[in-house]
Amino acid sequence: MTTYGQLYGSFLKIGMFTLGGGYAMIPLMEREVVDKRQWLSQQEFMDAMAIAQSMPGIFAVNMATHVGFKQRGALGAVCAVLGNIAVPIGIIVILAMFFRSFADNRVVESIFKGIRPAVVALIAAPVFNMARTAGVKWQNAWIPIAAALLVWLWGVSPIAIIALAVIGGIIFARIKTINNK
Amino acid sequence: MIFWRIFIIFLKIGAFNFGGGYAMIALIHNEVVERQGWLTQQEFIDVVAISQATPGPLGINVATYAGYTAVTNAGYAPAMGILGAVLASFSVVLIPMLLMVLVSKLLQRHSHSPIVKTVLRVLRLVVVGLIASAALVLVSPENFGSYQNAPMQLVVSVIIFVVVFVAARKRVNPITLLGLSGLTGLLIYIW
Repeated sequence: MTTYGQLYGSFLKIGMFTLGGGYAMIPLMEREVVDKRQWLSQQEFMDAMAIAQSMPGIFAVNMATHVGFKQRGALGAVCAVLGNIAVPIGIIVILAMFFRSFADNRVVESIFKGIRPAVVALIAAPVFNMARTAGVKWQNAWIPIAAALLVWLWGVSPIAIIALAVIGGIIFARIKTINNK
Repeated sequence: MIFWRIFIIFLKIGAFNFGGGYAMIALIHNEVVERQGWLTQQEFIDVVAISQATPGPLGINVATYAGYTAVTNAGYAPAMGILGAVLASFSVVLIPMLLMVLVSKLLQRHSHSPIVKTVLRVLRLVVVGLIASAALVLVSPENFGSYQNAPMQLVVSVIIFVVVFVAARKRVNPITLLGLSGLTGLLIYIW
């Protein structure tokens, strides 16, 4: 039987090597959860990924919740999530404690002056590929464009936009089903 | 009280965080920089940069950092800052964890319902816009320099932006790109 310690340990390992965003750790998680521990079958892993992506929250944490809960219930989910986020929290706390005293350092400031525009470029780069995967076409391009402009120019909260998207989606689906009848 | 505010704000951020780390940037920026002022524009982008180069989900990293600075900025000792950091990270995962357990079975059963399908499709469209807005709000004089005050920095920044944008689309490793940009910054601005 799976122990809480195994759940914690496996996800600690996964969390330690999640560099550069949640999706980078999919192969690592698959090896650990499917091949090594056999907590999920290949098909269950794929299904879990689809759900973890469509729910709010951090993808890796959602996966940890799902696996932990399936193995050992609520406490299992908590153990898996704690393992998953322990190392990142530790690293950032240490950085936060010292970063501010370094931030005014000439060398550090020079490095970050170079890095800041690069970060913006890294965020912007996947937008077009994502647009294709999300199915953006001429007829619906106004939706992402309106969302971007509302947040950028008018400081509208993304929370309001997501809520609106959910409500809009429900209304749109209702109208479509009524029309089809 | 600051701890209660951290709890509520990050609970909210977690609950509405659809579409992965980059989509979360717009959300966290709006709450943490624009509304609460817990981080400056520069601190925020520095944390995003650090997150790219350290393990861990962006959401956890930013929550941890913001929780720490919010508490220490309010005049508490660093030990209390650690408490704020841990609190912020737990708040951000709390609602998604509950939803994942409670709703995932339901969603699995209804994944073919037209309403669920349509809502997810609209959300995916909106998320693309939110990621674009995350990039747009970060294009600021603090991060790029300005025509009046720092024209030289503006030119360098635009060049770095274009090069990194093109390289990232060709799937060059982001950590490599950040390293090279940092090195460029060091060589240019240290003088």
